Formats: sequence, C-alpha cells, structure tokens
Amino acid sequence: MYKGDFVNFDELFGHLGQHTVDGLAKGSIYALVALGYTLVYGVLRLINFAHSEVFMVGTFAVLGVWGLLGATDGPSLGMILLLVLAGLAAGALASGATAVAVELVAYRRLRRMNAPPLIFLITAIGLSLVISEAFGVWQGRIVKGMPTVIVQEVWLTIGNTRITNTQVITVVAALLMMAALDQFINRTRYGRGVRAVAQNPDTAALMGVNKDRVILLIFLVGGVLAGAAALLYSIRYGNTRFNVGFLLGLKAFTAAVLGGIGNLRGALLGGLLLGVVEVYAATLTSSNWEDVAAFVILVVVLLFRPTGLLGESLGRARA
Amino acid sequence: MRRKNVRAVGTAAVAVVAMLAAAGCQDSGGSTAGGDDKQCGKIAIFGAFTGPNAGLVIPSLNGAKLAVKEHNAANPDCQVTLQEFDTQGNADQATPIASQVAQDSSFTSVIGGHFSAETKATMGTYEAAGLVMVSPSATAAELTTLGNKSFFRVVGNDSTQGGAAVTYIRDVLAAKKVFAIDDGQTYGAGIINEVKKGLGPLVVAEDRVQTDQQNFDATISKIKSANPDVIAYAGYTNEAAPLLKQARAAGVTAKFLGFDGLYDPQFPAGAGQSAAEGAIVTCPCLPADKAGGTFSADYEKEYGIPPGSYGAEGYDGAKILLDGYAAGKRSRAEMIEWVRGYDKQGVSKYLKFDASGDVDRSRVVIWAYEVKGGQIVAQQEIKLS
Repeated sequence: MYKGDFVNFDELFGHLGQHTVDGLAKGSIYALVALGYTLVYGVLRLINFAHSEVFMVGTFAVLGVWGLLGATDGPSLGMILLLVLAGLAAGALASGATAVAVELVAYRRLRRMNAPPLIFLITAIGLSLVISEAFGVWQGRIVKGMPTVIVQEVWLTIGNTRITNTQVITVVAALLMMAALDQFINRTRYGRGVRAVAQNPDTAALMGVNKDRVILLIFLVGGVLAGAAALLYSIRYGNTRFNVGFLLGLKAFTAAVLGGIGNLRGALLGGLLLGVVEVYAATLTSSNWEDVAAFVILVVVLLFRPTGLLGESLGRARA
Repeated sequence: MRRKNVRAVGTAAVAVVAMLAAAGCQDSGGSTAGGDDKQCGKIAIFGAFTGPNAGLVIPSLNGAKLAVKEHNAANPDCQVTLQEFDTQGNADQATPIASQVAQDSSFTSVIGGHFSAETKATMGTYEAAGLVMVSPSATAAELTTLGNKSFFRVVGNDSTQGGAAVTYIRDVLAAKKVFAIDDGQTYGAGIINEVKKGLGPLVVAEDRVQTDQQNFDATISKIKSANPDVIAYAGYTNEAAPLLKQARAAGVTAKFLGFDGLYDPQFPAGAGQSAAEGAIVTCPCLPADKAGGTFSADYEKEYGIPPGSYGAEGYDGAKILLDGYAAGKRSRAEMIEWVRGYDKQGVSKYLKFDASGDVDRSRVVIWAYEVKGGQIVAQQEIKLS
C-alpha cells in the first residue's frame, strides 16, 4: 500500500505558509514564460509552442557563460554580481535571438502565404521538437548540473515559514519584469503599436504601423523574458537538460490560458495560481499528482470562465 | 495543373528511391549475417545507450562488445555479430525493437533489457519468438515471478538488493528515521516496496516523484517536516540528481542512499560534487577491481577507463551466449537450452540459473558504493543475512 497516495492534511495546513511561498516562487517562473505565449497569442492569435525551447536555449546559454567565467559553488559577492549580469545578458540574448529566428524562419513566411491556423500550430510543434532534439544530440540527453551561484539562505522566518533569498529574488524579479512590460505595452509608442495590431491588424497598418516590425518586437520581448526566466531557473534549480522546456512550457501555457490568454496580468495571476496549486497538491498527496491537480483546476476554471480568469484582452488597451 | 503533376511525380519518385535505398541497406545488413558460413550467431543488445540514464548502461554495452571482440579473435571460424538497439531506457521504444528482432531470424539471442520497465514490456515478444534474453542489469523482482521461460539475468534481483539495503540502512547507517522516495516506475516502485517492507516503522514518511520532474519543493518540504536521518531514493539519475541538488541547497543534511539505478557517473555530475558528496549507492554489481581474471585490465585497455556499473555483468551476459555459439549451438531453441544449463565461473560471479531465471541467490554479491570527490567508489560489501 502506498502511503503517499492518502491525503495528508496535517502536512499541508501545518506548513501552509511555507507551501504558499514555495508555490509563489515556482509560479513566478511559469508567469515569466507564460508572458511569451500570451504576447504572441494576443497579437497573432497563434500558440507558439516553440516558446518552451526558447526558454531551454536560455538555460543552456546561462550554463555556457557560467562555464566560460569559471563559476564555482558559492562565489564571492563581486563574482555573484558578474555571473548574474552575464547570465542575464546571455540568457536574454540567446532566448531573444531564438524567438526572433523562429518568427523569421517559420511564421513570417507562413503569414505571407496566408497559411491556415492549423499549419501554424503544427509548425510550432515541429520547431519545438527540432530545437529540443538538436540540443539533445549536441549536448547529450543528460541532466546538466550548474554551479550554485547564489547559496540559499533563510532571509525571513514568519512562524514556521522560512523564506529564502532565492525565493525572494525569483518573485521580486518576476514582478519587476511584469511591471516593466505592463508599462512598456501601455505607455510607450511601441506598446501602442502592439495594442493597435492586436486590436485590428489592417486598421493598424492603415494608420502607419509596421505590422511585421511589431510582431518581431513581440517575439523579441517574449524571448528576452524567457531568457530572464531561464536565469532565475538556473539560479534556483541549478540544472538543465535538453527537454527542460517541455513540461515547463506546457505549464506556462496552461498558466496563460488559466489567467486568460492574451492578457498580461492574467499570465501573472495564472502562473502564481498554478504554482501554488501544484505545491498544495504535491503536499496533499504525492509529487506525481501535481500535474493532475494543475489540469483539473484548469478544466474547472474554463468550465465557468471559458476565456480564463481575467479574460482575453491584450487588444482592449487595458492589457 | 501540369506543373503540379510534374512536381507530384517527382516527389513520388524521390520517395520510392529513398525507400529502395533504405530497404537496400537492410538487405545488405542481413546478408552479411546469414550468408557467411563462418558466421555462427547474431546477438541483439538493447538498452539505454543514449538518454538521461545512459551512464548506467554504457559499461555493460562496452563489456559485451569486449567479450564479442575477444570471442571473434579467438574463434576465426565462428564469428558472432553484436547489433545494438538503443531504447533510451524507454519501454515504448523497446517494444517495436523487440518485434523487429523477433521477426529477423538471423538473431538467435538477446542481451537485455538493461532497465526493468523495458524488459517487462518486451519479455512476452521475445518469449513468443523463442529468443533467449540474458539481462546484465534488470533487477525488478517481478521479472522472474511472471513465469517467463526465456528470461535469465546475471544480476541479483531487487528483493535481494532491497534486503541488503535494509541491512545497510539499519546496521551501518544506524538510521532512526527513513524518508522513502520512488519514481513510480517498475524498478523504483518495486525496490522501494522491498525496502519499506524490510524497514517497517523506520520509514516515517514518503513521496513519489514523476519522470522528468524538475521542481522538488514539495518533496523537500515533506523531508524537512519528517526530519529523517536517511533518505532512500529508488529511481534513476534524471530525477535523483536535481532532487538531491535542490534538497542540499535547501539545507537538508540527511544521508542520501540510492540503489543501482544511481550507479551512474552522471549522478554526481548532475547533482554537483558538493551536493552528491557522501551519497551511498547500493548495487548487486561487483567493484571493477574485484572482477575475476584479467577483465578489469582488459576493459581499461580497450576503453581507457575502468569498468563502471555492470561492466562485468555485461561481459558475463555476452560470454554465456558466446560460449553457446562456440559449443556449436545455432538455433534459438538450442540457445535457450544452453543458457538454462549454463554452469561456469564468470568474471562477476559464478553463473548458474535457478528455475525462474535468476542467478543462484547464494552467489549474488551486493556492494555499497560512496560518492567521493565526484566519483562513485566501492565502500564495502553488504553481507546478506
């Protein structure tokens, strides 16, 4: 008889604060990756399944640049700063470049040919497999360990809840990037272009918005955010592998749908909610049930709110 | 319209040529095996030769290759071919391979599977085709309790290994509280059951992870509230390495004990040297330098590294089959009979099978290995009680 399959309320409610914090930290990474799905969907009505590999490429870029700089476990403060900045630059650059390449190589040509939506979808899935398998062949299909750049320390103890430095960094960094993106979409000239194309591409073009440039920008921004997520992931979990994007990408996509795909704040809400639900479910039963719980929540939410918690609204100017 | 037709015909022609080329390759592969009268056998070996857990299987493949090479050099009139089939350790990929090998009559014996799930999934196919399977490393206890007539393994099973691990946890580690984790697969779930049965109330809490899981916060929280002195993990590197790394980063200091699934150089590499330091791995496999004869030296000469997990067992598995070919056995049926009656000293242990296909239990050796400085080194033999 497997004990773990029984519901363990004592553990969940005994350390509810701890599990919530763990879930929020986990969910912030989902949220950052979810933004990439939501941005592209909001503008193109396209689910870019290759986005999970954009994230994966970012983790390998971080791994590579840390290796080049000779990172070790628990480096000095100056070194930490250097590694984080270099990791951010490498991750953002690699992920951004991958996302842009995906748009230029595949989607732009398909749009020119007026391909039906199914063709886009299958192309996205195909690209995702190609990139992931290419890394599998190139880097081996093994778990790649990374140095522990930021050693976990408990920063704050509230009751029996211990909040660590990496959890704070993950959540704060994710929130900051979300806020920056929100401002970018709502307050800048480029953001206005994005909203215009999302609302009505043809009218936007008549008003002098370069549609292709806006779409490229969307892919770039989504990619850069995935690169940042890759850095946070590398700091917090310290390893990667060729298929690291698959499950995480699926979860991020779920988070985007949960919050309302096309809606930036929805991605944040969906990501955090999904992270917390997964940790609760894993605690309540065993870790192999977390995906079941995540998708049950998704189905239930979509039953009552088919467009997600906050609705689909990138084009509605509120973002 | 016309242009479209031309293009369609062209595409079809290319496809036909490609198919012919592929078929041609297969034919030529088959004829070298069957047409040559110095050819006396063809062995299929399957397992995770690539993939996240390949580090555990490569030594066995190399051991088998070495045995075949030595055999072919010593018997110019009886050449044996070893053909590799990579399953990535995945039962779904092993199944079509099994059908392919079973249908190709030039194959007269099989080495594999290396993992328990892929073995369980393919046993029926190989048995129906009358093909003998000799496994160097599939340890799940249930594999030999299902009544299969053509499966043999040169390694102790998990009820033996589980028993040894229980002895080790209780007597050597003197554990008071054990946290049990498994991955829910044939191998992991099987061996953790043996351990839980043996340890009884010492197991205070448990969790089950899933394949390709990346975030282990929930598991780590459970470990922290149970506050065990030993964590027993049944599964493979792909999940164990990130789990151990995250647990150590979160301040979990309990001793980490895994089973033969973690006897894989990628395990300390993936978890990181400092996190993996001191982790224990039990294995029903002999330390390389304890192997009989000149095996260890020969292996090192051939591959430049000492044999890791199951190198000696892979060599032994191949040797059993090769001895059969050398003794004039040619058909699938003869090979099954040969393996069933085998009774000889191997390099890993004395090789003789009981009625269910397990190697004689009194000959099984179980060792505890420890991770030291990123390397998995032999620590001590666990005496079976």
